[in-house]
Amino acid sequence: MTDQSLGQLGDGLLLATVVVYALAMLGYAGEQASRKARRAVTSVRASSQVLVGAGGPSVSLPAETVTVERASRSGRFAIALTACGWAVHVLSLVFRGFAAHRVPWGNMYEFSSAVALVAVSFFLVLVARGRVERALGAFVMLPVVLYLGLASSVLYTAAGPLVPALNSYWIKIHVAAAIMASGSFLLSGVVALLYLLRSRYDAQLTARRTPHFPVSLGAQLPTAPVLDRVSYSVIAFAFPVWTFAIIAGGIWAESAWGRYWGWDPKETWSFITWVLYAGYLHARATAGWKGKKAAWVAVAAAGALIVDYYVVNIFVVGLHSYA
Amino acid sequence: MTVRSDVPGDVNADEEAVRLTTQPKPVGLARKGDLLGPLRRGWRQLTSMRTALLLLFLLALASVPGGFLPQRRLNPLRVNQYIAQHPGTGPLMDRLRLFDVFSSPWFSAIYLLLFVSLVGCLIPRTRLHLKALTSKPPKVPRSLAKLPVNDRWETVNGVDQVLDQAGAALRSWRVVRREHEISAEKGYLRETGNLIFHLSLILLLVGIALGAFGGFKGTVLVVEGKGFANTVASFDDLQPGRRFSPSSLVPFSVRLDAFRATYGPDGKALTFDADVRWAPLGGAEKRDDIRVNHPLDVGGAKTYLIGHGYAPHIIVKDSTGAVIDDRLVPCLPQNPQFLSTCVIKEANTTGTQFGFRGVFTPTTVTDSTGHVGSSYPGLRNPVLTVAAFSGDLGVDAGTPQSVYSLDTTAMTPVDGGQAHALLPGQVFHLPGGASLTYADTQEWATFQVTQDPGKGLALVAAIGMVGGLMLSLFIRRRRLWVRVRAGAIDGAPTTVEAGGLARTDPDRYADEFAALVRLLRPVATPTTSSTPTSTNQEERP
Ligand code: HEM
Repeated sequence: MTDQSLGQLGDGLLLATVVVYALAMLGYAGEQASRKARRAVTSVRASSQVLVGAGGPSVSLPAETVTVERASRSGRFAIALTACGWAVHVLSLVFRGFAAHRVPWGNMYEFSSAVALVAVSFFLVLVARGRVERALGAFVMLPVVLYLGLASSVLYTAAGPLVPALNSYWIKIHVAAAIMASGSFLLSGVVALLYLLRSRYDAQLTARRTPHFPVSLGAQLPTAPVLDRVSYSVIAFAFPVWTFAIIAGGIWAESAWGRYWGWDPKETWSFITWVLYAGYLHARATAGWKGKKAAWVAVAAAGALIVDYYVVNIFVVGLHSYA
Repeated sequence: MTVRSDVPGDVNADEEAVRLTTQPKPVGLARKGDLLGPLRRGWRQLTSMRTALLLLFLLALASVPGGFLPQRRLNPLRVNQYIAQHPGTGPLMDRLRLFDVFSSPWFSAIYLLLFVSLVGCLIPRTRLHLKALTSKPPKVPRSLAKLPVNDRWETVNGVDQVLDQAGAALRSWRVVRREHEISAEKGYLRETGNLIFHLSLILLLVGIALGAFGGFKGTVLVVEGKGFANTVASFDDLQPGRRFSPSSLVPFSVRLDAFRATYGPDGKALTFDADVRWAPLGGAEKRDDIRVNHPLDVGGAKTYLIGHGYAPHIIVKDSTGAVIDDRLVPCLPQNPQFLSTCVIKEANTTGTQFGFRGVFTPTTVTDSTGHVGSSYPGLRNPVLTVAAFSGDLGVDAGTPQSVYSLDTTAMTPVDGGQAHALLPGQVFHLPGGASLTYADTQEWATFQVTQDPGKGLALVAAIGMVGGLMLSLFIRRRRLWVRVRAGAIDGAPTTVEAGGLARTDPDRYADEFAALVRLLRPVATPTTSSTPTSTNQEERP
């Protein structure tokens, strides 16, 4: 196969990925739609078990059981679709790499795709480990689908070689680490936003107000402490990786440009991102800053990351210009 | 059900028992009549977690203009352009040092305060942690039921047997047995890692400072066949640190034999190579190949390839036909296709002086209006287009002149200023018999030499940062306590209480705790406690 057709195959597979992820998102949403019914069933069943006594035969409730079945089938289907989408996603990057004869993260298009892949992988790991309910999937897949859709339309670049400065051993390490960290950071940013949503939902319930859309979505989310802990553990993983990415970048810059740090706009925004995440980790240990304030810091830090990759690449002139 | 009597103990000890960090406590109120009070309070305020957080946010905020506005150290031309385009706000922004953010007094003030705070915070934390490392885990708190994870059961085993079992199950923990109680702790490396990380931050700052004060950076343009020595005089541009001394320059010299660039079909650069010969002072000559990402390293002084361009080989003859100039003229690239501009000055003529303005195009295309352009950066169809001027170059006036610009105020255009396109080998005949020959094309390269005495330290600090962070964020510090009480009368079951606390990741600790309890708890004995292992969802500070 020629490089060009390999590259096109990779692009086609990425589009397929987006479609499969979108279907998965619908599956998660379907599960949630039947979830209210399930809650009702669970409470009925629990009370009947109390009546009958533990270990006794459980009372069968045909109509509601069907709803539960449908809900969990929808959810399992969504997880399976996510896993399939993930595999296709990996393949699309592999073909891109073969087409360009290099690691598949040489321009913003490929980079965005790889970042989304990390976010999805991390989410699947969290679900597999039982750290979050898979129902969170609808809220995670939505930004992933939007992000990939944008990346493959606005940022599209045909597969090709790199400019010489990017062609080094350290770029592979630097960019791979940056992608690992960024995918995780973006995931944590989404979870932090969901945490804020859930907190507002809880607050409105406590104040005996009826939450309206979008706050009412809070009912579908894991509890606020769970979301807070998930966003922390994702950041706690990503922060050392990001630190390492910056250092590897410094080593690369030192061999390419003769200085390990030069306050180039890209470096400056990586630094701002780093300091904000350090601020987040501090905030979680500072009285009066836990919870909502810390979550806002995580959201701001993810914002700085997006500026680092998109605003700087497109609008600010620097040495790091890709593509 | 056994009735629980409160175990004696004091509140302070309990507070210490659930503290799993050396982080400074929130600043309290000053004692009255303490003369040093305000000072001490100010210092505690400066080294508090809240101040550290505030300064971190300020540091991020202060960097933002540096991430959007052009910065003088990187790109002085764009700064001037920006100021010219914004005549109202530009000069004011300049006065606020918004184009020199990272050397501005306000930026320095923030990071210096942050590091003072860091040092002030680290000293007591290190002392506290060293104490914790050498002391035993704290006493069992009075009420284990208040801990995030806890359990309680009865067993027919005797007190000592239970304690022995617990000791065995907690083998990888630091364990101390006090009468009928066991205190255990694990994960000390978390705090160690955190301290290493913060200490490395200080080392990093020292490394950066060493480089900024004692280092230097020099750039020099070299045409093929020529070279340079690592001395102050040979650089076109030199940026020394404030404490830089020329005697610290590593003595060596470099000669550029050949430069090669290759390009893809779309004109994107693929490779750059500079074949050089270099020698330390008085030493034997060696060959090397300087590429992007592959500098030449001589005793810590590194030579980088940072730019390149074309240098047409020109020969100038006077009216008698004698060669008065024969050299390579470096032309400065103006666009990615290497359309380049050059200036040739001939001052050593008898009588009238000559100056030439040239445009060099490596792959020449001519549009319908006769303008030359370049369609590819590689050398496919080179043309040197020159216009000549005669008169006074002004070089004798004593004012220094750039070799890349031609002052034509005292000169008259030759041929009405008409440009002549020369192919390699072609000659431009000037009125009066003089001539300029474009013989062939060579290339030039710019090299940058840097010496940074703080680089090694900065790298060590960076490794310390990553290592420290990994310990600090991946290791969980946790405590576990067991209290055993014998039955009130002979033959009555022994009561066992266990409780635990983790600094981070309470879910995983709850699993670990449950697994440990399962080891200790006899399978057959039904629990007397109505609540099974309870997990308190609330996060600890
Ligand atoms: C130079 C700027 C600073 C940076 C970049 C920084 C960064 C960090 C980071 C990334 C963490 C998280 C790692 C962990 O949880 O162990 C952390 C934790 C911590 N930092 Fe800093 N820090 C800075 C200054 C300070 C200062 C001035 C203090 C003293 C008030 C301080 C006290 C702490 C403490 C006590 C923790 C541990 C929090 C915990 O127990 O979870 N840091 N710091």
